[in-house]
Amino acid sequence: MPSQDLVLHDEEYQKIREVISRLRSECNAKVVFLVDKNGQQLAASGELESIDTTALASLAAGNVAATDSLARLIGEKEFSILFHEGERDNLHISVVGGRVILVVIFDERSSLGLVRLRVKRGSTDLAAILEVMMKKSAMPRKAAAGGSPFSEITDEDIDKLFSD
Amino acid sequence: MTFINYAAREINCKIVYYGPGLGGKTTNIKYVYEKTNPNSKGKLISLATETDRTLFFDFLPLDLGEIRGFRTRFHLYTVPGQVFYDASRKLILKGVDGVVFVADSQAARMEANLESLRNLELNLKEQGYDLRTIPYVLQLNKRDLPSALPAEEMKRQLAKKGEPMFEAVASKGTGVFETLKAIARMVLLELRKGR
Repeated sequence: MPSQDLVLHDEEYQKIREVISRLRSECNAKVVFLVDKNGQQLAASGELESIDTTALASLAAGNVAATDSLARLIGEKEFSILFHEGERDNLHISVVGGRVILVVIFDERSSLGLVRLRVKRGSTDLAAILEVMMKKSAMPRKAAAGGSPFSEITDEDIDKLFSD
Repeated sequence: MTFINYAAREINCKIVYYGPGLGGKTTNIKYVYEKTNPNSKGKLISLATETDRTLFFDFLPLDLGEIRGFRTRFHLYTVPGQVFYDASRKLILKGVDGVVFVADSQAARMEANLESLRNLELNLKEQGYDLRTIPYVLQLNKRDLPSALPAEEMKRQLAKKGEPMFEAVASKGTGVFETLKAIARMVLLELRKGR
């Protein structure tokens, strides 16, 4: 297998949540969230009620993937920041530690300059947490989790998923 | 690459529908979307051209319920089948946990099936995956068309490793859920193996 499974434990999850909540208040942003490059949402903070975060995660990852390819086509390593300006809301997308995508949604209560500055600082903290997370993900699951709950999945468990 | 979130007690898996253009990949996931309970599905996202050809991908998140205390989510993606969208197909295969190959049963499309299958093997390999080891299901779609080749003949040409094979008419829903169940089962059994 090319890439190991990604495992997020409570400890790192709480730390990630702390960093992104802090980032959200420092940026005066509406929403801050973190997505892995394959489109899985890791954590989110802010006014989430009106947003389909699953779809947003998938599209943000698609956007970054396409932009990365565009960058390579013209001989760039990457475009590290994507910025989409709307009439009311703006989207700031950046890659943290080469692995995950940090998305900040903000309106006129904030500014691009402020978001850029805070994201830069927040990214350093996030990169350190992600480093630990990747190391733990690489460990055999039994050692990392005190016994994997998945080793005992039965055929009946799987059948139940499709019962209705 | 399954994403296991112990904090939120969630498992997230990615399934990609692959195959030649106009073979019925989008029709498969549209049918799944239509027939799934609203509480168990998210929005169906289609990045398509004005003529409804998939441009980048379709995306459907499904929530299948709990397994061992973990919410089990499957993210279904389709790739654009048209040959010239290869760069997009490569991107969508990133982090894939299981692949469904949707083959077009019409005799005239056999060459397109074979080309798409070769392209799948190559693109998986580029990402470091091996078609022989990754969870994989073969679906023979459009079985209702008069020009459909016999299933045995298609199996002879397309089957790679004794993978589960399903005959389908995706536009009517025949075989769609059977295919999805089979790939989901294989992905979860892979998870059971762990590392």
